[in-house]
Amino acid sequence: MAAELALIVLSTVLVNNFVLSKMLGLCPFVGVTKNVENSMGMGMAVIFVIFLASVSGWFVNKFVLVPFNITFLRTVVFILLIAALVQLVETVMRKSFPALYKALGIYLPLITTNCVVLGAVILIMNREYGFFQTITYGIGVPVGFYLALFIISHIREQLAMAKIAKPLQGAPITLITTGLLALAFMGFSGLVRE
Amino acid sequence: MLAEILTLGGLGALAGLGLGLAAKKFHVDVDSRITEIDNALPHAQCGACGYPGCMPFAEAVVAGLAPLTGCTVGGAAVARAVASIMGRTIEVPDERLVARILCKGDCEKAVTKFDYEGADDCNAAVLVAGGNKSCVYGCLGLASCVKACPFDAMYMSPFGIPVIIEERCTGCTLCVEPCPKDLVVMIPETSRVVVECRSHDRGATTKKACEIGCTACNACVKICPYDAITLGDNVAVIESKKCTNCGLCIPICPTDSITDFRWGLRKAEVYDPCTGCRICAKVCPTDAIKGELKMLHVVDLSKCISCGICVERCPVEGAMAMVDMTKLAQKPLVLIPAPGAKAQPKQTAAAEAPTDSARA
Repeated sequence: MAAELALIVLSTVLVNNFVLSKMLGLCPFVGVTKNVENSMGMGMAVIFVIFLASVSGWFVNKFVLVPFNITFLRTVVFILLIAALVQLVETVMRKSFPALYKALGIYLPLITTNCVVLGAVILIMNREYGFFQTITYGIGVPVGFYLALFIISHIREQLAMAKIAKPLQGAPITLITTGLLALAFMGFSGLVRE
Repeated sequence: MLAEILTLGGLGALAGLGLGLAAKKFHVDVDSRITEIDNALPHAQCGACGYPGCMPFAEAVVAGLAPLTGCTVGGAAVARAVASIMGRTIEVPDERLVARILCKGDCEKAVTKFDYEGADDCNAAVLVAGGNKSCVYGCLGLASCVKACPFDAMYMSPFGIPVIIEERCTGCTLCVEPCPKDLVVMIPETSRVVVECRSHDRGATTKKACEIGCTACNACVKICPYDAITLGDNVAVIESKKCTNCGLCIPICPTDSITDFRWGLRKAEVYDPCTGCRICAKVCPTDAIKGELKMLHVVDLSKCISCGICVERCPVEGAMAMVDMTKLAQKPLVLIPAPGAKAQPKQTAAAEAPTDSARA
């Protein structure tokens, strides 16, 4: 059990990194990684939201969708669920944990409709994970996302001072760098067989 | 079919109910003044006030941390609105400030010491022997100020000197700080004549380094009828309070370092009541007025520099007036960019905000 969970973490963080292998969530990846501080804020918000979304998604799937045999409605239901959940968490957090609310700031509502969150929840259901596997997956995926943001934001802070050909400035050079980074991450693919 | 509708509808209703209840139960009281101030602000979210955006600034004002006049973009009108929301009255001058670049030494006019190949940033370039311009006071032309402008109010001329689009400049001062040579200054909008050079080198040195630099020749100081120009440390400075924008100093400057920002000039016109006394022709500093004694005089518009001295001195009522020539002469008196240069504003990187780009 423990070995399996460890494998899930290893797999989601390094081998099947959502950004660098599945190419999901590229919008925040390009959008907020101009400086390290912003991307870390976004990373923390993603960890928070994906964990909550995958756990609650698992419950809804097991006790609502599967018993009523309407699993084809997954996408719609999960979007509804994630949106409502994030809103709820934001409201509660604002009252009860103002410090955390200030730290996550605008990133929390921004991440609501992101494909990384939905992708993680839907993949969990496709793989028919158990509860503990879901929790592990729900932590592993956003940590991998956080790692990717961390690396690219540091690279971009360096790139900002480099002389880059005009047509490649901004998003293009970021995507090229992302491709190279993804190539580097392919080196991890031998670690886990999936 | 029914199960699907019920499930989805039920989930939606449940979520809505939960959110509604949560909003009630976890309601956070926000000072109404914060939203009022936020509404009064320009919402440029530029951060010129030192806070991340307009809302944080509003919060800081209510908390007493930020000054009522903190919003430089909004200017006097917003400062008054903020003050009235806070139940206070303040006195703010109406004067609008505009950024000006105190250097015209572009790649054609100024001599360079070496080819700079380093990082594309003025503050990096200045570390290499103080920059590659022969004039140590000169603009390095790597657009650090332009990149800092959140309003697209600046662009680089094709010759490597920043140009300010006055209509867009909000006076936020964000461009002042990035300049390693302190060349960006805030000048009242009403000052239309500016010495665009701040070389403190002696005249001969300036002349060698840049053909458009102020050589401190004293010509403008002598001609100024209002004593508005002073020579301080080898550079002429126009005092905006005394300057009447007469423009006498502009043609007299041997190096063209005084820039004319008086778009839509008013020029002298002579009308029928003119008795032909020749007083105006005598006082005209540029010999722009022609005409025989006791004959209707004519103003040579190409020579008239809009100083208005003739109108002041004309003894006959209704014989002379300053007339807005913008309809006649459409050509604005801009020295940079050069003719034919495109005046397209450059897209600044600062405009990219996480708000738009982070949504998937």
